[in-house]
Parts: sequence; C-alpha cells; structure tokens
Amino acid sequence: MPKQAKPDQQPDGCEDILMSLHDLALRFRGQTNDVIDRISLTVKRGEVLCVVGESGCGKSVTAMALMGLLPTEFAKISSGILGIQATRLDLSKVTMPTAMRGNDIAMIFQEPMTSLNPSFTIGNQIIEAILQHSAGSRTDAQARALHMLQRVGIANPEQRLSEFPHQLSGGMRQRVMIAMALANDPKILIADEPTTALDVTIQAQILDLIRDLSDETGMGTIMITHDLGVVAEIADTVAVMYGGQVVERGAVAEVFNDPQHPYTIGLMSAMPQLDKPGGKLATVPGTVPSVANMPEGCRFRTRCVFATQRCQVRPPLSNTTQGHDVACHYAPIEANLSVAL
Amino acid sequence: MTDDIILDAVDLVKNFGDASSWLSRAPVVQAVSGVSLQVRRGETFAIVGESGCGKSTLARALMRLLAPTSGKVLFDGNDISDTRGADLRKLRKDMQFIFQDPFSSLNPRMSVGKLVGEPLEVHAPELSAQQRRDRVADLLRRVGLRAEYAGRYPHEFSGGQRQRIGIARALASGPKLIIGDEPVSALDVSVQAQVINLLGDLSRDMGLTLVIIAHDLAVIRHMSDRVAVMYLGQIVESGPTAQVYDSPRHPYTQALLASIPVMGSTPGRDKTTVLGEMPSPAAPPQGCRFHTRCPHAQAICKTDRPALEGDTSDGHQVACHFWDSLASAAPLPNPQPKTKAAEARFALYRAAVEGGTVKHNTEQ
Repeated sequence: MPKQAKPDQQPDGCEDILMSLHDLALRFRGQTNDVIDRISLTVKRGEVLCVVGESGCGKSVTAMALMGLLPTEFAKISSGILGIQATRLDLSKVTMPTAMRGNDIAMIFQEPMTSLNPSFTIGNQIIEAILQHSAGSRTDAQARALHMLQRVGIANPEQRLSEFPHQLSGGMRQRVMIAMALANDPKILIADEPTTALDVTIQAQILDLIRDLSDETGMGTIMITHDLGVVAEIADTVAVMYGGQVVERGAVAEVFNDPQHPYTIGLMSAMPQLDKPGGKLATVPGTVPSVANMPEGCRFRTRCVFATQRCQVRPPLSNTTQGHDVACHYAPIEANLSVAL
Repeated sequence: MTDDIILDAVDLVKNFGDASSWLSRAPVVQAVSGVSLQVRRGETFAIVGESGCGKSTLARALMRLLAPTSGKVLFDGNDISDTRGADLRKLRKDMQFIFQDPFSSLNPRMSVGKLVGEPLEVHAPELSAQQRRDRVADLLRRVGLRAEYAGRYPHEFSGGQRQRIGIARALASGPKLIIGDEPVSALDVSVQAQVINLLGDLSRDMGLTLVIIAHDLAVIRHMSDRVAVMYLGQIVESGPTAQVYDSPRHPYTQALLASIPVMGSTPGRDKTTVLGEMPSPAAPPQGCRFHTRCPHAQAICKTDRPALEGDTSDGHQVACHFWDSLASAAPLPNPQPKTKAAEARFALYRAAVEGGTVKHNTEQ
C-alpha cells in the first residue's frame, strides 16, 4: 500500500495548533482490515472541529482511541502519533497516561444518563473529577463545582449539587457532563454526539453553550456527529469520514458550499431541505459494508456512482484550495467526467 | 386533494394513571388533552413535536391501540373509540402501523416471508400457501427488496432493509391508512433518504393516506401535505405544511423552526429562542401551556387557554392569544448559495444516481 505524504500538515508549533493526530490506524482483534485507515486531524486553539459520518464510519472509535479508552485486548493500534502541545505520544506503544486524561483532554458522551452514576449526587461526581487532578481541599473543589454549574447555565446550582442524576432533565444532565469535563480546564474537549439524544430546542441551547465556552477558554473541541446541520451550526472545520478514512476536510463554509467528494455530495443530496420540499431525494445507493468486507483502495468505491478501476488504489488527501482537502481521483468531478442520461 | 375525511379525531383525551387504585398514588399524566384533527384521504399528514409532547400517544389513540379517556375517533365515518374483538381485527386490515425501531419491531425468530405473510394469514385466510408466497414476493419487490429474501431472518439485514420489511408487513393487508411513528429517525441520512423516497412512491402509487409522527422538521417539510405542531398534549398550530413553515404563527413553532441547524446558514449567531425546558405533563401549566417558555407571554396567557382557530379558508389554525401581532414573515434561514462548480457536481451526482451513464474524460 502506498504511503501518502500529507501535503497540508504544517510543521508543529504553527498557528497555535493544540492537538494533532497523525496517521492513526487501528484494527479490532480478529479482523483482517483496519477499522481506522490512517487518518490525520489537527485542532487549533479555540477551533471546533466536527468529525461527521454515518454509523460505522469509525468516528466514535477515533474518539475512543484519542482518549486511550480502547481496551488493548480488543483493539490494536498499529500507528498514530498524538501531539498535545509539547507532548508527543506514540499511540501504538503507549496509552494515554491517566494524568493527561481529563486534565489535557476530556470527553462528553451521547447519553448523559448512562454516563453519570445514578447513585451519587451531581456534586459528588464533579468534586471527584476535580480532586482526581488537583491537590486542593474538598472545600475548594466544592466551590469550583458550584462555579462550573453556574458557568454551564444551570439554575439553582447550590440545590443541584445535592441532587441525583434522575432528578435532572436530559438537557441539564448534558450541562452537568460539560461542567464535569471542563472542571479541570482541559485543552481539548471531545464531544461524541452530545446533542443526538436531545430535542431540537435543547440541542440549540447546548450547541450555543459549547460554542461560547470554546470561544471563552480557547479550548479546542472535537465534535463527533452524524448531523450535517449540527456541523453547519457549530464547526469551524469539518472532516467527513467514510469507512474509517477521512474523505474530505476543510473549513466548514468551503466544504458545504463547494463539496468535492462524491460521498459528501451524496450525503448532502440525501438530506431533506427546508427550502426545497417535495420531489425525490438523491440517495447514496446501498449500505456501508462491514469492516471485513471493506474494499481495497477508496473504501467508498463500492457505493460510488463514479467509481472506476482506478479507485482500487487509495486516492491521497490532496488540496483543492487552501485548507480544503479531498481524497478522490476524479475531483473536481465536473471537470473529469460527464453523465449522459 | 379532496375534502374527503378518512380519519377524524374529536376532542381526544388520553390520561395515564387515571384508574386511581389504593396501590398507586402516581399523578395523572395528561398525555393528550383535547386534540381535534382531520386527516383527508390520500394526503400525508404530519404530527411534529418534541419528546414528551404526546405525539406517540396520540398516534396510538388514533389507531385504537390505546382506548381514549374521552373524545372519539372516526375512521371512514365510523366511531372506533370503543371497537374491540373481531371488529377491531377487521379494522386493523385498513389501518396499519410502522414503528420507529426496525431492530425491536420484527420477531427475530420469524423468517421475512413469515413476517410479511402473517398479516395475510389473518386478513386473507382464503389464500392458498402458494398464493400467499406470491403475494409476499410481490410485497418485497414493492418495497425494493429481492423476493429471495423471504427465507432469511431479520438479523441478516441492515437497519434500512429492516424498515423496508416493516413497511412490506404494514402493506400486506392492503390498508387505507398507515401511521408511521418516527419511521425514519433511527436510520442514517443516506438510508433515510431511500426510505423517505419509498414512502412517497407508495403513497402516490397506491393512494395511501399516511400519518407521520416525527421530530425532524426537515423530514416533515419534505414528506407532508399538512402538519400539526404539538406541545404538551395539545395542538398549537396546524395547516398546510408550506404555510406553517413559511409563516409560522405560534411562538413555539417559530422557536422550533429557528432551532433547526441548517446547512449553509451563517454559523455563530444565538439561536436559542425558547427559555428552559418543557414542564411535566403530570402538572401542565394553567392557561396557555407554552407560557412558561414563551418570550412573549403576558398576563392573559397564564389564565386563559387560547383556542385553536384561524382562517377557515386555508385551514391554517393557531392557538395563541397574540398570534396576529407575533406572526413573523420568514424565519427560515437562507442557506448560502453553493458555488457554480458545486451546483454542476450535484447535478452530475443526481444524474448518475438516477441511472445516467458515467463517462470519464481522463485516461484510465
């Protein structure tokens, strides 16, 4: 398999890069194909990066690998360099030290009910997270917990501290999760589908909150989502994933106004639009193959209407315009092919 | 569209926890409180609302899967609110249900042929086994599956395919009305589009009436002819979909539409337009139920419940004391235009998906 150069990877230290992930590849034990096939991501100070894709594209596995949450008996990371500011970790050799997890990089999950412990109060759980990482007293931690709850917009924070998760609504629980994740001022927040379980009015509130906090603190955010609308709402940059590969990435306005990869175009065509109701939606034919059946080369080729033999070789992620990369042999497609009805 | 009403709900109420027994002191949950609506034959009618607003309960009450606490439901002119036994079974032939979760709504131990054939055994017992197999094959082809799949089991299929099996099963008895409770919300975007297209084709080709319950506003805009917006067990606005979306009158509808994240809209502005969260249906607020979250609420909203009313000419109705002064022009965010090249790309993609021949200019 040819090894690609990453033409847009700038040397470290440029432009406030907070976190970089280089060439992550991993497979589950017993599989013959990589679930994540050499992906690279960077996050700058204050940037919200959305990783978007459908179920099974590997977006959550990527997040878990970043956090060092994949048990080694199930998953084998064969390559991947994680850089957080000055620290370099070779993920294939070491897992993230516990001291970094939560302190440098924190994570919130989709289902706030199952990620909070039902038998401890909210206050207890936030204070525990704080005391894990600081030498301060319990009183200090309590004050910090109260401050965090205020910051994420919870009314009556004093009272909430002594309440249990079941006494809160879904939106409030997600706010508590955010308060807990941010209690130690992490440099990077990973949010795995944080609003998927919430109603649209509550989702809007939570997205606003994450955006505001990242502007305020300068933390970098990696948001995993399947919803292109959410991406448009919150992201600065977006990486579109399919079958464990990043097929397109760039500034969100670039990618949405000038999408290049057939998968991105297919996804966008398949979304019902508010301003163009009725009619038939153009779909992406077929379904995502299982990891065992992933094709060689461009993994989208079995569902791609434009694919040829050439697609059996993986196309490199290459620049179209500054900071907008696409992995397709035929990009830009309007110049390279035509369709006769 | 005719004014031929197929389903008519009159002041429908469904409470849970009514039958106060000495064992339970749980509060009465007013899931649906006084809903009236009419579904016309052949149309796609959507009910939209957030979780806990009572939309699924309403769907089940409309189908007589639940007996209403009070009020009635007329299907084809007959009151079905207390139909039971053999009559209810006969009614099921004409009304079918598509469920949200294609993983838990199919019996894993039944083959697809058996699953789709089961309604035929009940509703068309006169068919021979061979005729039934032929019908099942037809139905599978109808929903875009291969006839050979009849011998397989649900676990062998993806989510989208399972939802197609669920649809084939619903179609088997030849119903006049199908109610779908979030029929596409468990599916990925690309597969969701396939199922939306299928439902659109079926309703057009077979003259089916569809009632779609959903929370995804873009899906509803795409699929439905008329829409009702529910909040805490009541309909706050209803009317032709285009009108409700283009000029929403109720502050709740306006907030819902403003909260939708839209591709290509300018990011970074504050969209939060409703305050806080929905109160519990066990203790709904007095007056207008939305007043606790409404940015425009005034004294009267706390005491008087506004009636659902409006222009009878176009059927756009709203339950708000102040809708006249609040009605906004067009809150839909305008998506940024795509580049010319991107437009060309989308056109190419659509042409190729619809079966065009792709010709590559570059050498292989």
